[in-house]
Amino acid sequence: MANNPVAPGTWVQIRIQILPPGQRAPQVPPDTAQVPLIMLAKGFLVGEAEIGDTVRIKTLSGRILEGELVQVLPRYSHDFGQAVPELLSIGPRVRALLEGGKEQ
Amino acid sequence: MKDNSYQAVMARSNDIMKQAVGIDYTRFVRGRLAFDYQAMMTEAGYSLDEVAAIQQETGVGNTPLYELRNITRLVRLTAPKGKGARIFLKDEAANPSGSFKARRAALSVYHAAKHGYKGVVAATSGNYGAAVASQAAARGLKCIVIQEAFDSRGVYQPEIAEKGRACEAYGAEVLQLSVGPELFYVFLRTLEETGFFNASLYTPFAIAGVETLGWEIARQMREKYQVEPDVVVVTHAGGGNLTGTARGLRKAGCRARVVAASVDLRGLHMASDADFNRKSFTTGHTGFGVPFATWPDRADVPRNAARPLRYMDRYVTVTQGEAFYVTELLAQLEGLERGPAGNISLAAAMALAREMDRDQVVVVQETEYTGAGKHVTAQLSFARQNGIEVRAGDPADSVPGRSIILPEHPGLIRAVDIDLDGLRRSYIKNALAQLDGAELTAADISFLAEDCRCTPEFVQAIAREVK
Repeated sequence: MANNPVAPGTWVQIRIQILPPGQRAPQVPPDTAQVPLIMLAKGFLVGEAEIGDTVRIKTLSGRILEGELVQVLPRYSHDFGQAVPELLSIGPRVRALLEGGKEQ
Repeated sequence: MKDNSYQAVMARSNDIMKQAVGIDYTRFVRGRLAFDYQAMMTEAGYSLDEVAAIQQETGVGNTPLYELRNITRLVRLTAPKGKGARIFLKDEAANPSGSFKARRAALSVYHAAKHGYKGVVAATSGNYGAAVASQAAARGLKCIVIQEAFDSRGVYQPEIAEKGRACEAYGAEVLQLSVGPELFYVFLRTLEETGFFNASLYTPFAIAGVETLGWEIARQMREKYQVEPDVVVVTHAGGGNLTGTARGLRKAGCRARVVAASVDLRGLHMASDADFNRKSFTTGHTGFGVPFATWPDRADVPRNAARPLRYMDRYVTVTQGEAFYVTELLAQLEGLERGPAGNISLAAAMALAREMDRDQVVVVQETEYTGAGKHVTAQLSFARQNGIEVRAGDPADSVPGRSIILPEHPGLIRAVDIDLDGLRRSYIKNALAQLDGAELTAADISFLAEDCRCTPEFVQAIAREVK
């Protein structure tokens, strides 16, 4: 039986392969043609399952989708990034221009 | 059972679309190529007063307009004597959902609700997704947003990740896809399965939604500053922002020249998995701007209401580094921290203002919200992670997908012209390719001339060349 079961109703993310590599649209470039078209969707888990299982979810619009369970309580991981030294010098330089500068 | 294979669904595209937009486009057909654009905009759209009233119901529009005094001073330091126009900015980030796209979404969602649709679907990786989700929330409709979001390594473009989060914050279902134009297939299947409304960016009402933006600019410049704008600069991608703004300016009797501006991403393939995360702008770039100018009817409706060549007086590009640089200037000199994609037109405006007289006026017609992912620092550090060179120098030396160069000095910001006659030529050739060898009728010739603002003789000359 399951070692780390995910409870029904948990907010999860699933992965669905829409098109396999050989069946991509004819107009896509070679690098895209050799990889599958993948879709990720989120919703509330229907039934109990483990990561990697084929599961069903109920989405925010109330639809039922089926796919591989990949994440539980998925994290938003985008952020503001690391400081960029080239950006930090812009403010002081243009302020110095405005303070010292004469219009032509 | 229904055949849901790629080929079968694409073959049903016209029927699915007809159901999901609710406009009979055949009413406006006037020839093989010709259709009555103005009739379509009047009969299938909404009047300016109706649009303004609909938008007011959900708090859209009437955004502030500011004079950028310090940026104007900075431009004058680098301009020849007597040059350096005043620069103004329409702060569209003040809309619900944080961008001018709320104007388009307000009309789409209103129209969907009025016609009894239970929900709306939008295929967009841009600000429009959050705009539709926000308006759908306000009008009690369900919403599904479909995004091209990550590459085959599973790496998200940070800006798209943020827009996906925003959609979910408004209660929308978000479907995120790897790179490829087959997103359209998922879009069609979703429309068919749900019977929801296609909240296309390119319907007559979505474009009518932008007209209030042009109209407000003219009115605010007159009432608050007692001046007429000489130039309005519009960030250009699919053409709706430009078309709607220009129509609104004209309805207000404003004769300002309308200048389109895109970030130059030439050389990067828009359907390439490998190129996807080598670009730092996901919209407002030449990858949309040029193809949509030269063939508007590539959109998700039979007849695109956004027809930019009708309204474009000039089309310029700026580099990614210049757009990031002016985003920093806007924060550091004017106290306005906004998203980089909305500032493409600001970069172009600074270059144009340098050529213009001091008593002239240039208006930048949008800003967008900023946040995690949708930010200069986020994009530049992401670019570095993906092997893109980031440095200060002359932006003219940058190569899209390889380097981003922040100008060493504000005098290095340039607007580079795209030849409009070249675009017109491509547009006419694309149109002629639709004819399959049939003869051009007189109605087609005058339509094409009107649609790309050229003479009938110009159309005929290109038709002879193609033969």
